Amino acid sequence: MTVITAAGPAAPVRSDELRPRPRLGALTAEAVFIRRSLTHSLRDGEALLMAIMLPVMLMLLFTFVFGGALDPSGGYVDYVVPGIILLCAGFGASSTALYVARDMSSGVIDRFRTMPLHAGAVLTGHVVASVVRNLLATAVVIGVAVLVGFRPTADLAGWLGAIGMIALYILAITWLFAAIGLAAGSPDAASGYGFILLFLPYLSSAFVPVETLPEWLQWIAENQPVTPVIETIRSFLMGTPMEDSGWWALGWCLAIIAFAAWWGAWLFRRKAGRR
Amino acid sequence: MTTAIEVHGLGKRFGRQAVLDGLDLAVAEGSVFALLGPNGAGKTTTINILTTLVRPDSGTARVAGYDVTAEPDAVRARISLTGQQAAVDEVLSGRENLLMLGRLSGLDAKGARARAGELLERFDLVDAAKRPVKTYSGGMRRRLDLALSLVVPTPVLFLDEPTTGLDTRSRLELWAVIAEIAAAGATVFLTTQYLEEADRLADRIAVLDGGRLVAEGTAAELKARIGGDVVELRGPDDEVLAELPTDGTVHGLRAAVDELDRHAASAAPGAHVIVRRPSLDDVFLAITAAGHGRDRNPATDLIASKG
Repeated sequence: MTVITAAGPAAPVRSDELRPRPRLGALTAEAVFIRRSLTHSLRDGEALLMAIMLPVMLMLLFTFVFGGALDPSGGYVDYVVPGIILLCAGFGASSTALYVARDMSSGVIDRFRTMPLHAGAVLTGHVVASVVRNLLATAVVIGVAVLVGFRPTADLAGWLGAIGMIALYILAITWLFAAIGLAAGSPDAASGYGFILLFLPYLSSAFVPVETLPEWLQWIAENQPVTPVIETIRSFLMGTPMEDSGWWALGWCLAIIAFAAWWGAWLFRRKAGRR
Repeated sequence: MTTAIEVHGLGKRFGRQAVLDGLDLAVAEGSVFALLGPNGAGKTTTINILTTLVRPDSGTARVAGYDVTAEPDAVRARISLTGQQAAVDEVLSGRENLLMLGRLSGLDAKGARARAGELLERFDLVDAAKRPVKTYSGGMRRRLDLALSLVVPTPVLFLDEPTTGLDTRSRLELWAVIAEIAAAGATVFLTTQYLEEADRLADRIAVLDGGRLVAEGTAAELKARIGGDVVELRGPDDEVLAELPTDGTVHGLRAAVDELDRHAASAAPGAHVIVRRPSLDDVFLAITAAGHGRDRNPATDLIASKG
């Protein structure tokens, strides 16, 4: 065969270099993909700006625009903070669906799947990055909330409990969005499907007490995951009665994670490599 | 001969459509093998099965000595795939893509950095190394894609239509690189719609049509199948005015020249005659037309798509 001389210095491969890829250490792929997804988050300027701006805007909107009508005493900010946190977590996690769908529809996933590694680690990367992103957004919400009069009564244990609950909720909703990203045919469809989940906080005790809702809506509000999660966070931060909310919140989140992980794994096996 | 890729009776259906229908092939270690065929012939499905992306419905395939369905990870450790769609991360820079692949291929941070530097230089991507890949041109993307496949040079390299959609210059560059990889002793399995590409790069060529092989051999063997030389009458701008196949004998050649005498354009100024070996185009037309004698002739689309 004629070797055509090309521009450039050395040959790309020497014959003594041909070899199988070495075996990867445990969790190496996960670490690489987490780093990749975090880099993606940092480079996606618009999404990052939205993730920070949206909580701030909502915080101000609910406190100063609706707050006066909902609670003339001015204490509404203490009521609404957990709701804003979950609303923003849902919004922030929804971009996971987009990132996952984008990966699945590009050739990059095929490259990972033809390497001796657990290609599902790509999803782990997106999920971990989303949790990190949303915990930062949560910190921003709480910071702004304190500036506009939020006065939580929690001690250290209360704070740890609240942060644990928030992190678990973010993890659950992120896994669900990751699975939605796998189920969607395209990145555009992925952002569409996910939208419906973002309405759940409105139909809960996030913004108004459940008792003020019409009866049929009360049933929905009391039997959906956001209400016990909100009540748990509220109880940790503001000292309201916990009752059985904590267990319900924990159960809902674990059930969502289990379902999303199972559904996601099934979709990943079925979808990957089929374009 | 040691066999790098060995396929027996491979079958794959998608719904009611049989994409592969009893495919058999063998690729010698260290050789370049081209799977040639029109769109929809089953080329990508073959690559997807050999690279463990898709499971076959029937038949067996062994790559680098391991069964693709029974020991996929052993196969994956020994192959690289450059697919039709550039498998690059658009958000990351070229260097970051190479570093990521290095870590995923088991190199340590230092080794990954060194290898990324070498490949950026070799693939002429040093200036673009820090830019996100979404700003790259088609040719640069393909070069990066191939570089990613060489981060740890594996014994077997799969290239699915490596130059489709590239301009001539980028295509020539990629051909040069593929030839160098082959010269280093890697087994290269490529699919292509371009007869010229197969002719130029491959030691052996197999023609795939309708999910089965319709011909296999070296470029010379395939050309020999349709007989002797072709006499062409060309105009002043080297355009082909007439094309006459011969049976390779002196008598046949004389008959063809006599035939040209009767061609009005042969007397025009600047007209000249060329005797050439049959091209793979001729072969392809002959094989696929003889194969099923039906109206739809994939070779026609194929030649048309050569642009």
